Amino acid sequence: MAQAAHAKHPNYVGVFIGLAVLTGVELMVAFLPWSKTTIILLLILLAVWKALMVALYFMHLRFESNRLRILAVAPLPLAAIMVVAVLTEYVW
Amino acid sequence: MTHAVTEGSVMLPAAEAEQGAGVYNEKLGMWIFLLSEVMFFTALIGSYIILRFSNPAAWPAPGAVLNIPVTAVNTFLLICSSVTMVKAFANAQDGDQRMLRIWLVLTVLIGASFVGIQAFEYNQLIGHGFLPSSGLYGSTFYTMTGFHGFHVTMGVLCMIYVTAKAFRGRYTPDDYRGVEVIGLYWHFVDLVWIILFTIVYLI
Repeated sequence: MAQAAHAKHPNYVGVFIGLAVLTGVELMVAFLPWSKTTIILLLILLAVWKALMVALYFMHLRFESNRLRILAVAPLPLAAIMVVAVLTEYVW
Repeated sequence: MTHAVTEGSVMLPAAEAEQGAGVYNEKLGMWIFLLSEVMFFTALIGSYIILRFSNPAAWPAPGAVLNIPVTAVNTFLLICSSVTMVKAFANAQDGDQRMLRIWLVLTVLIGASFVGIQAFEYNQLIGHGFLPSSGLYGSTFYTMTGFHGFHVTMGVLCMIYVTAKAFRGRYTPDDYRGVEVIGLYWHFVDLVWIILFTIVYLI
């Protein structure tokens, strides 16, 4: 399988430092004396941010073809519908 | 090493006969498997939301039962293992056999440490009487973290296999499929833990 050797690598260590810092921020936010709703929204935002960093850089989605990207995000609307559907039962 | 190729060439292209999503078959197969895993963990998280919202009194405050500092260390370890995995991948691309093996061995060791710390955490919790039968909180906690721990354990076993092949010189800059495919699985397990750590431990 032919391919170009010595590919240009993303800054993996920079992504790692970002993930470590965001984890530290999560731990601080979880115990802040703010309203429960604000803390939950912030924690979910931070978790999604970290998950995106892993998917885009460590799983290389940022460098993949559009066809694979579309395939990769295909279940996310279904997952979102499921979570929103169960949430609506209790929120509204 | 010279790094002069554009971003588009970072990934291994598909062979002529394997065109589809633009990737080779093993990688496409792993991605499809991971997509099914997304729905598997979404089902677990959806069930968790239903049970938690319908029984809010069954959930104590974060840190009241679970050991957050120990789990935070474990979270950091899993992030470390993701970076060692991706460094192994980069060295497989560059053909640096020595560093490929070192990074893979580190990934195995850190992954095994994660499982060990989770076993320690379970042992502590069970010692304090917190069991899967301890109501909804216990059953959802052990189900979600247990399934994730099972995935990590399987990942470590597969990684040992890939590492053994790396020591036999199986991976070259022209063919590093095994490293890339196990790497995708490993990063996905890390990604799932990022979500579970927030939902199960911090919220």
